[in-house]
Amino acid sequence: MAASAPAVVLQGLTKRFGPTTALDDVTASILPGQITGLVGPDGAGKTTLLRLIAGLLMPDGGKIAVLGHDGVPSGVQRDIGYMPQRFGLYEDLSVDENLSLHADLHELDEATRRERFAALLGFTGLAPFAGRLAGKLSGGMKQKLGLACALLARPKLLLLDEPSAGVDPASRRELWRIVRTMAGEGVAAVWSTAYLDEADRCDSFLLLQAGRLLASGSPADLTRRLEGRAFLVDAPPDRRHAMQRRLAADPVVVDATIQGASVRVVLHDGAAFPVRADGDAAPRPTRPRFEDAFVSLLQEKSQAAPMAGALNGSARPADGAAIEARDLSRDFGAFRAVDRVSFDVAPGEIFGLLGPNGAGKSTIFRMLCGLLAPSHGQARVAGIDLRRARATARERIGYMSQRFSLYGNLSVADNLEFFGGVYGLDGRRRRDRIAWALDAFDLGSVTHLEAGMLPLGFKQRLALAAALLHEPRVLFLDEPTSGVDPLMRREFWSRIGALADQGVTALVTSHFMDEAEYCDRLGIIYAGQMIASGSPDDLKRRFATEALPEPTLEDAFVGLIAAHDAANHAANSRPQAA
Amino acid sequence: MSASDLLPGRRFRGLLRKEFVQIVRDPSSIAIALVMPVVLLLLIGFGISLDARKVRFGVVDENRSVESAGLYHAFANTPYFRPVSFLTAREAEAALMRGDISGFAVLRSDFSRHVIDPVRTADIAIIVNGVDANTARIVTGYAQGVVAVWLLGHRRDRAKAAAPAASVEHRYWFNPEIRSTNFIVPGLIAMVMTMIGALLTALVVAREWERGTMEAMMVTPASMTELMMGKLVAYFVLGLGGLAVSVTIGLFVFEVPFRGSFAVLVGVSSVFLIVSLAMGLLISTVARSQFVAAQLAFLITFMPALILSGLMFDIESMPGWIQAATTVFPARYFVSSLQTLFLAGTVWPVLLPNLAALLAFAVLILAVAVARTRRSLE
Repeated sequence: MAASAPAVVLQGLTKRFGPTTALDDVTASILPGQITGLVGPDGAGKTTLLRLIAGLLMPDGGKIAVLGHDGVPSGVQRDIGYMPQRFGLYEDLSVDENLSLHADLHELDEATRRERFAALLGFTGLAPFAGRLAGKLSGGMKQKLGLACALLARPKLLLLDEPSAGVDPASRRELWRIVRTMAGEGVAAVWSTAYLDEADRCDSFLLLQAGRLLASGSPADLTRRLEGRAFLVDAPPDRRHAMQRRLAADPVVVDATIQGASVRVVLHDGAAFPVRADGDAAPRPTRPRFEDAFVSLLQEKSQAAPMAGALNGSARPADGAAIEARDLSRDFGAFRAVDRVSFDVAPGEIFGLLGPNGAGKSTIFRMLCGLLAPSHGQARVAGIDLRRARATARERIGYMSQRFSLYGNLSVADNLEFFGGVYGLDGRRRRDRIAWALDAFDLGSVTHLEAGMLPLGFKQRLALAAALLHEPRVLFLDEPTSGVDPLMRREFWSRIGALADQGVTALVTSHFMDEAEYCDRLGIIYAGQMIASGSPDDLKRRFATEALPEPTLEDAFVGLIAAHDAANHAANSRPQAA
Repeated sequence: MSASDLLPGRRFRGLLRKEFVQIVRDPSSIAIALVMPVVLLLLIGFGISLDARKVRFGVVDENRSVESAGLYHAFANTPYFRPVSFLTAREAEAALMRGDISGFAVLRSDFSRHVIDPVRTADIAIIVNGVDANTARIVTGYAQGVVAVWLLGHRRDRAKAAAPAASVEHRYWFNPEIRSTNFIVPGLIAMVMTMIGALLTALVVAREWERGTMEAMMVTPASMTELMMGKLVAYFVLGLGGLAVSVTIGLFVFEVPFRGSFAVLVGVSSVFLIVSLAMGLLISTVARSQFVAAQLAFLITFMPALILSGLMFDIESMPGWIQAATTVFPARYFVSSLQTLFLAGTVWPVLLPNLAALLAFAVLILAVAVARTRRSLE
């Protein structure tokens, strides 16, 4: 038995869509009995590669062999379990009916079907929900059902396209456990993800960047090269961003980013730690992560990304609390999307709302932007009560979403003109601010290009520039860097850090643990409630144990949700007992 | 291998069950297939009538005699007119301008004298709002008829004149009451079937693309033909339901006669339904969003069915090249078949060529749709 014969072999695989090359000369193999992480930012070619392996797309060049066949002949689908993005479930069919459909399509006989249903429903914890419509399941449960459908016919090859995007960390771990078990049974599992922390846990990985295979192998091998080069330096809150900027600019430093209350530093090979400024804490060595390796690979390949300067005159600080939410609730019919959420954000603070999709983050966000009226409670932004003077409040806030609400067919200059006009800037002030934006965000070279044609990094800068034109005191950032590559994320957050140092307040929503690390404080949003808040380090510290001395933010998140559910369960069962 | 040999169609049955469960759960499919026919038939059936009935028609009586009053009553006694009396032509003109009346007749002050006079002819001016040419022609015709009938009776009474040398007796075959409803409703049924077939399938396939379920289905052992046929069969059944609803409304609400064979009706309709469904599948190979699918379905099936099928406009009186264009739209053959079955009966010389044309379309479009459907996202 050639148990270790690769399940998938890719040789010089190339795929083009019109003028763009989605995959460029990818050579790799995927082994059975392993979880292979297909890692890369959005647009790197992850989905295209999975679709090529599934036989949904035809390669333009190179060769592909799936499960010992040349190419992807029809019939091989029998042995492939595929879960596309958004899980590919029929939402108007129940859990049972979705499974039955897949059982019929695979022509499972009655006995096998009963055995597999029982096993998978038990395995995924979906048994109590067998009669529920798939559309009424939570994100995490949908994902498990999608996985159960893909696993039904015992595939030899399991292809999962971003199975964990936007799902709460507890469900993510659950899913990981299931796939790990399948891999243990000899399945070749491919798990695509934009979360770099997931790559650390894979047996092997394929790292894609802009259609090219940047690296592959085992994550341990990749990070081993950085052994002894990664450090954490504790920094007081008011000097963190400055220290990060200083270290990032140092030639011996590959990468410097904010991680909770510390600055994480990765040095060049053989370099000594730079001379410490007065009062700096001593650097503590730390275990290198996949992201550190990714960044150092990117740094080798490209020139250092333009890091933000001081961004002078971009905003005016507010006085008092920049954002005050008091018992904020919002009902949609009988459904309470947000339930008595209260928090304050101080001027110059970066506050993150962290939670899975559907937890209520966006609803809180919209209420604070003045786009949605709260059902109960109050909100003040930049000193203005949103119930009384929404329009005035809006003049003081800037908004940027991950989807960059830019006009793709207008030039960079036209976009800035437009947003300047929308924010009511006129004459001299508009000219000055646009000139400032082009200069501060290095957009001078692309002023007359269409915004839609720009590379992602430029778009991100343009979107932020547009949001800052009217010198807002409070900045609302909606998943600003989810799915972008780590260099772009660093560039973005160093700009936000510079703004915060000037007193601009930022409210961020995210389901990305990576993004959350950049925040001064976090509110954990779960099922419409804020179940905890505090600095990332505070939250992590609560879950430190002897077995797990340095818990990650995800560990903290999972622990908080478990504690919340347990408390809720106890509260619910008490009246019944009485 | 052996399992698939022993249980052929297990996959297909699974797909079919899925389609029916979705139909039952999704109110929009039911609405399009069963509620839309009711609404369309009632709205258009009652709303669009090409007959003139209870037309408000002015009679300008400058004569004020027994004779002019007699003619006024002649107008009042037909079901077609509801006469309105005016003293001067100027007032009647104003009423016509306002749209209060569709036309008027002017009886001059010498009307009664000329009517009685065996030598002179009484001139009656009839002015009709010609904006809607069709209605104008009908109103003019009816008004002339009313005057002619009244004149005949009047002369007969007055002069005891001899019977005219010859008289014409009209008989309208197939639609003796010349009710436009009788030929519009069968046409509407064709339109409804076009909608159910093409729109519904194009929409549900596009929805599978949008929701990513098509992608998931493609990476299962199900073949594309099985996926497509599952849709075809499920929506065929739903379409027959729509047919039953439409025919029932036609027969019992609009009281359209049915002179053909029901078996032939179901047969011809089934073939047309397959044509429509195949058209929907073909659209779905191009349109991967529901928005585009709906646009295409309206543009290439619904509009031709409305305009170029002989439902609204007589094909014979179209310019030659448009007549030629109508032959490539299947709806025309179905409209003609339905009108024949409802009003004339099972007239094979008319039905056979239509049926042959529909069968040819069904085979052709289905073949193209299947050929174009590939297990690929490109």
